[in-house]
Amino acid sequence: MEAVDGNAIGGLLHEVFGTEMTGAPSVCGNCGDARPVGELLVYLRAPGTVVRCPTCDNLLMVFVTVHDRMCIDLQGLAVLG
Amino acid sequence: MAGTALRRRLIWQVAKVSAVTTETASVRTLTLDVPDWPGHQAGQHLDIRLTDEDGYVAERSYSIASAPGEPVAITVERLEDGEVSPYLTDELRAGDDLELRGPIGGYFTWEPEDGGPLLLLAGGSGVVPLRSILRHRERTGSTVPVRLLYSSRTLDDVIYRAELEQPARGVEVIHTLTRHQPPGWTGYARRADMALLAEVAWPAADMPLAYVCGPTSFVETVSQALVQSGYPPERVKTERFGATGGT
Repeated sequence: MEAVDGNAIGGLLHEVFGTEMTGAPSVCGNCGDARPVGELLVYLRAPGTVVRCPTCDNLLMVFVTVHDRMCIDLQGLAVLG
Repeated sequence: MAGTALRRRLIWQVAKVSAVTTETASVRTLTLDVPDWPGHQAGQHLDIRLTDEDGYVAERSYSIASAPGEPVAITVERLEDGEVSPYLTDELRAGDDLELRGPIGGYFTWEPEDGGPLLLLAGGSGVVPLRSILRHRERTGSTVPVRLLYSSRTLDDVIYRAELEQPARGVEVIHTLTRHQPPGWTGYARRADMALLAEVAWPAADMPLAYVCGPTSFVETVSQALVQSGYPPERVKTERFGATGGT
């Protein structure tokens, strides 16, 4: 499956964080790579939405909706926003 | 923080399709009447939501094709196995309702004060947000020099062809046709790569600002080539929309 990028989930991120996030800075918790969220790798058709680091492929964010409740995992990030 | 002014609830609303324009055999532009549109920036998106009779919901993000201040429009390419795009390109008519939310995004956007020179690189329907940037530049009277390199499979696949044949002053449009070229074609006929960019891109010393939009493989190839040729990574903005084979 081919990745898109963080621009594709601007709406989802706005819904979750209440503001525009594609231009927000992020830092990978594994390799320390710093990039705007718009540049992160995004897999839309995983079970849920998966965001990975373009440099080291570390899992940064996961968004899964279960019975109308969204579950969010941000463990892979050192910094967001 | 830059996002403060954008702190605004993003709510789904119903827009009305005011016009459907045929761009190519598989591409339509939908002009939308959106009652509570807060205005957008060149390069932003909106999300479309379709709900079927069983309650099944499909959402997709589309780049806004129009400039800030113009009626909201999106340009949609029909993907043969798509859940959303065939409905948008084949079924929707003027007067129909469409559920959307937006505008969305603040990374892949351009304002005249961001300057240039601008290097716009489009693969297939990746030209859509770049067209918004071009129109915004013209409407605001910006004189920033622009080069657009637009990669398409064939001449018939070129979106906004008539508009791009009459570019505004200071805008150069350079086509490359990767699959088939008409007789007498004098433009490029190969994929956008390091060698082609060496011929058409502004020199890195001019401190250009690049926007690259298209299928993921196109964006990866082009953005890496630009960085290798000396463009600072933060001056190369990228937007990938997956694999469509549209370049």
